[in-house]
Amino acid sequence: MTAASPDLALLDGAPRRRLRLLPYAMLSPAVIVTVAIVFLPMLQAASMSLYDLVLWKPNATAFVGLGNYVKLWGDPVFWIALGHTALWIGLTVPLQMGLGLVAALLLAREFPWRGLARALVIVPWALPSVVIALMWRWIYDPTIGIANELLLRIGLVKAAVPWLADPDVALYAVVATLTWQGFPFFAVMILAGLQSIPKSHYEAAAIDGASPWRQFRHITLPGIAGVLATAGLLRIIWVANSIDVIFVMTGGGPGYATYTLPLYAFVKARQNLDFGYGSAIAVTFTLLLAGVVAVYVARTARERAR
Amino acid sequence: MRRRPSTLRRILTTDLPVAAIVLVALGPFAWMFLTSVTPGDRLAAAGVAANPLDWSVEHYVRLFARTSFAANMGHSLIVALGTVVVGLSVSVPAAYAISRFRFPGRRVLMLQFLLVNMFPVVLLILPLFVLMRQAGLLDTHLALILANATVAIPFSVWMLTSYVDGIPKSLDEAAMTDGCSQLSALRRVVLPLLAPGIVSTGIYIFITAWNEYLYALTLGGRSTRTMTVAIQTLIGEYQIEWGLLSAGGIVGALPATVLFLFVQRRLVGGLTQGAVKG
Repeated sequence: MTAASPDLALLDGAPRRRLRLLPYAMLSPAVIVTVAIVFLPMLQAASMSLYDLVLWKPNATAFVGLGNYVKLWGDPVFWIALGHTALWIGLTVPLQMGLGLVAALLLAREFPWRGLARALVIVPWALPSVVIALMWRWIYDPTIGIANELLLRIGLVKAAVPWLADPDVALYAVVATLTWQGFPFFAVMILAGLQSIPKSHYEAAAIDGASPWRQFRHITLPGIAGVLATAGLLRIIWVANSIDVIFVMTGGGPGYATYTLPLYAFVKARQNLDFGYGSAIAVTFTLLLAGVVAVYVARTARERAR
Repeated sequence: MRRRPSTLRRILTTDLPVAAIVLVALGPFAWMFLTSVTPGDRLAAAGVAANPLDWSVEHYVRLFARTSFAANMGHSLIVALGTVVVGLSVSVPAAYAISRFRFPGRRVLMLQFLLVNMFPVVLLILPLFVLMRQAGLLDTHLALILANATVAIPFSVWMLTSYVDGIPKSLDEAAMTDGCSQLSALRRVVLPLLAPGIVSTGIYIFITAWNEYLYALTLGGRSTRTMTVAIQTLIGEYQIEWGLLSAGGIVGALPATVLFLFVQRRLVGGLTQGAVKG
């Protein structure tokens, strides 16, 4: 677009063309920056995954085609990480949603300190992941962490549990942390959904003598089904992608007990500087996630269009 | 007249359960706070001190006197503010264009911004590292600002679009009938009305960039070490110094948390309306 004064342009024959170009001109900075810092790097990642590229050894770089992907297929750690990713999504998202639903139903009721409670419940959402991760490492501390202290005191466990050091427990300990971190998001989304249900529906149901449970099943749940689906999809994507909490809490260990796919890609690149193989893992993971993303994007686009 | 449920009943069925939820949400944070004010020698021997009389600020004093934490907070501030500036300056016009114009390719561009939100950070970190190294940008604030913009731009375009959608089109049309051009209608009518939306979006970008960790860890270095990366260096060499660490956690989390509490009502409104990214 030429930089003529927009006010002058409206006076002569140019306004139509100006108006046609204007939106593109306004969008171009955002698009150009996005292309430069997202789409180019993505292509770069795709191309890196075809090379045997170990950083700091640039002379040894060799094109290996799909070699990294073939290697992936036979890599047991890849399959372990894939299984953990599925398990971790399958546990964390429903737990977050359940706790968020309970919180939202409670916060939708009338009580004097509702505003305060609503503000406080979302605090975990505002905290930095690193702080969350370190905080929970402290909570899980085997000797003086509060998790063991509480459980010992109420007699739920007989001996202190080494939460993050025991391979059988570590994944679940991290899931608990992520559940805590993410439930406020669901609470807030569901709360917004609840507020869009007309009160008259409940009044009518109460007059008909419907029990609270029936009201919940036949009015509340259908009313928030859309929100649950959207928030759930979004959460699946985020939980799948998130590696900061788990990286700081366990670094993937003990052994491979808390490896997830994106974490595996990150650790591979960070510790072994194996960017070629790391990229191949990242690309594979992105392709696996693309299905969920497609469903989410289609849903959101449809809602926008309405 | 409707019968009001008794106060006792309300307390049992609502206030107490809500208090339990609030406790779940704040408990870990409270535990960290208690740790940060418990003197170091007591911490190892008797655990955290719940009694304010036993509290001390020794960890906080040490945090600022003996470590570079204040400087790290400064780096975080530069990066977060830079991301806000970059993010908003390209997103506001983009959001206006998407909301007010119908043009070929609009849908594709919109979807593109939504899609970008969903990409795994790990897919971008490795190539960004290589690109930034080639450009000689590693360990600069600019590198971290650009990297954070990968998250900030698509998100704020999407969120701002719904804010602009909320401003009646008739307002800028009226301004244009009165002789304003499209751009001056944007400047004089839409921008002032959009101010609250811009502020909330900006604050959200700030919080996200302030809290960001993986880019800062990978693309940053000695001269740009942000709070989130620095906080781990507070872990002692032989034994984790939980007192110091939790003091760092409290201080590091405070700016974003306070901002969030300050604007949470509007922020949450904007987020759930757009239902895009939280």
